[in-house]
Amino acid sequence: MHIAEGFLPAPHAVGWTVAAAPFVVHGARAVVREVREHPESTLLLGAAGAFTFVLSAIKLPSVTGSSSHPTGTGAGAVLFRPPVMALLGTVVLLFQALLLAHGGLTTLGANAFAFAVVGPWAGYGAYRLTRALGAGLLPGVFVALALADLATYVTTSLQLALAFPDAASGVLGAAGKFLGVFALTQVPLAVGEGLLGVLLFRVLTVNARPELERLGVLRPAAAAEPAEEAR
Amino acid sequence: MSRGRLVTALLVLAVVALFALPLALDGGASEYAGTDSAATAAIEESGYTPWFESVFSPSSAEVESGLFALQAALGGGVLGYVLGRLRGRRAAREQAAPPDAP
Repeated sequence: MHIAEGFLPAPHAVGWTVAAAPFVVHGARAVVREVREHPESTLLLGAAGAFTFVLSAIKLPSVTGSSSHPTGTGAGAVLFRPPVMALLGTVVLLFQALLLAHGGLTTLGANAFAFAVVGPWAGYGAYRLTRALGAGLLPGVFVALALADLATYVTTSLQLALAFPDAASGVLGAAGKFLGVFALTQVPLAVGEGLLGVLLFRVLTVNARPELERLGVLRPAAAAEPAEEAR
Repeated sequence: MSRGRLVTALLVLAVVALFALPLALDGGASEYAGTDSAATAAIEESGYTPWFESVFSPSSAEVESGLFALQAALGGGVLGYVLGRLRGRRAAREQAAPPDAP
């Protein structure tokens, strides 16, 4: 989902930077507030950032014959709500742009919008919807992580289509072309990421129960029975 | 507890299978090039030339993969540290009080 350095025309690069900036600033404030009001959250915040850091470094093969990387932004969005991930995700992208020549400074705005804004919000929305429909925590986490991943790549495809409309078929045709490159490949990766998220939250529900209850992810249970663990 | 372990093992197995199967099934027919580079190739085909260069580019594929490994190691290290601390905290708490105490 990384649009390479210099690969967006300047007006698009500026536009996406302006669009992403308020989310990132708001996210930075959300992180500072969280740490100040709940210093005990720092550990879990670190875990959310670290999860994105690992997953976005690992390129995995997909059935389509190309490879791509997961995003890992859904986990933090479920735990701390999406604004926090706007900052953490952008930090990851900045690291990759500066040290790995992966993505870039001119495309940081567009990449942050896809990876750190749309992904976490899509995942969080899907999470809230599944929980509202009566599903337990783990199904919600699976859907959140898979959708955050997929939505990021769909956004990247649309950003590229807007910047490079097809000569014959226009923006729609270009969207089809870029979705063909990104979205299909991403489906198995999104499923895998969902499963990894379930693994992570299985560990967290056992070991970080007080935090999850405070964050409203788990309902405070008087007696924690194993069957209730996944609620 | 043993049922929990089984579920964990199955989840890990499913993740591994999901990424190992594409590699095993097509018998080396695909190159598994990155989708990011596929997109840039498609854009360059249309005659576009990038107008800005990366401030710093790893000088070789080895250096690049090393830096990617560094990123994964940093993330994995921090994640392992946090999960280990949380687990230790719970163990200490259970040792101090019987498991069913509030």
